[in-house]
Amino acid sequence: MLAKVEVSGVRRNVNVGLLEEPVVPGDWILIHVGFALSKIGEEAARDQLRMLQAMGEDELAMDEVRGYTFADEVRDRTSEDVVRDRTFEDVVRDRTFADEAMST
Amino acid sequence: MKYVDEYRDPVLIANVAREISRAVAPGRHYRIMEVCGGHTHSIYRHGLLDVLPPNVELVHGPGCPVCVLPTGRVDDGLSIAERDGVILTCFGDVLRVPGTRGTPLEYKARGADIRMVYSPLDALRLAQENTEKHVCFFAIGFETTAPSTALTILRARALGVTNFSVFSNHVTIVPAMRAILDSPGMLLDGFVGPGHVATISGCRPYEFVAREYGKPLVVAGFEPLDILQAILMLVRQLVAGEARIENEYARFVSWEGNRAAQAALETVFAPRPTFEWRGLGFIPESALELRPEFAMWDAERRFAVPGVRVTDPSAAQCGEVLKGALKPAQCRLFGKVCNPEQPVGALMVSSEGACAAHYRYAERAAEAEPLRGTEAEPVRA
Repeated sequence: MLAKVEVSGVRRNVNVGLLEEPVVPGDWILIHVGFALSKIGEEAARDQLRMLQAMGEDELAMDEVRGYTFADEVRDRTSEDVVRDRTFEDVVRDRTFADEAMST
Repeated sequence: MKYVDEYRDPVLIANVAREISRAVAPGRHYRIMEVCGGHTHSIYRHGLLDVLPPNVELVHGPGCPVCVLPTGRVDDGLSIAERDGVILTCFGDVLRVPGTRGTPLEYKARGADIRMVYSPLDALRLAQENTEKHVCFFAIGFETTAPSTALTILRARALGVTNFSVFSNHVTIVPAMRAILDSPGMLLDGFVGPGHVATISGCRPYEFVAREYGKPLVVAGFEPLDILQAILMLVRQLVAGEARIENEYARFVSWEGNRAAQAALETVFAPRPTFEWRGLGFIPESALELRPEFAMWDAERRFAVPGVRVTDPSAAQCGEVLKGALKPAQCRLFGKVCNPEQPVGALMVSSEGACAAHYRYAERAAEAEPLRGTEAEPVRA
């Protein structure tokens, strides 16, 4: 079972047969060597970010931030990431059920 | 990018870094192992050592498949490539791992048909397109990668592709963690658990770390914020005298893991009685071999590989670095004889290797932390 997935601007076919819940265009998934391993739990991600945000609500903290800012960090995932760990998170753009039936 | 940029947010990173500094007990040293090579890379790449308080030390673990692959297995795989009519396929980082008589890339330069693939499915496709040849896939990786190999073998069987085989070097992380926890003089306080492995295995297999060894473990993602938050969770547990398994990476990891992937692993693979890990030696039931019913696709059965054992060059101290006994720069060969262009040891080959990460990013780290000096002190193991 294949889905067309956009990875850092490149579209390719990814096997989504291991996912336990269905994916639809717009979903974000974790890909590893051509297979989708997991679909992002948006609620978990949002809860975590909300909690982290709440951690630093005092003004002093905000001032301190300037000392830590990683201003020169490249913000987008680059192709280097793809080569580095072969695992990355990206979005399902399209889906085809065509030629590849899982054999399990 | 969704949930990538957010996990690199400098404001949140600063919040968490400050919380870690607040949480640590002064006068106490925290030695935390990040098990996974992906974490090691991310820690160096994002300069996370710079934002940690000096009494929080990160020890780089064995979770880099290329780094723990012994030279003898590379030689075994290359012996397959030397046969007539064989195309050997592998992931890009395997191409640069030195065997006794050169790397796969050098074998390729000498005429062997060795090709890089992105997915084991690409190797299978190559077999379907080259029916007059035999295509062997040199498989490496932990539980994250092994299900992909398993599904590819199941697909080969379903399609009746018989000119395809797998040289399995798949390893499993739990036995390696046990070996580290059982090593004499073990000084680790807690673990950042491997997030991608846990998408498959879930958190449950790590429960023994807390239950049997009394150490906390936090399964973590790979963005800077993930890793720092996991460290914060560990420090808080340690300060409170707790040892629990927690999941920082809940957006991708469940407690039970991916059952479809686990089932595929179970169908195709069985644990090997023992397997050699570079630096850690032989560890029982720490690797996966194809079950007998898949002998047709098992390169080791089809080709009777020599099964050589090769001792690592004695000057290279990969083993000590892998166990956390030495920091990368403390190895005699680091940066001189052994560098990413001409790696002697496997830790310098993969970008997930502690030595390659340290080589690539250490200058920046050294500039940023002139007062720390911890890099020069060996961790007693």
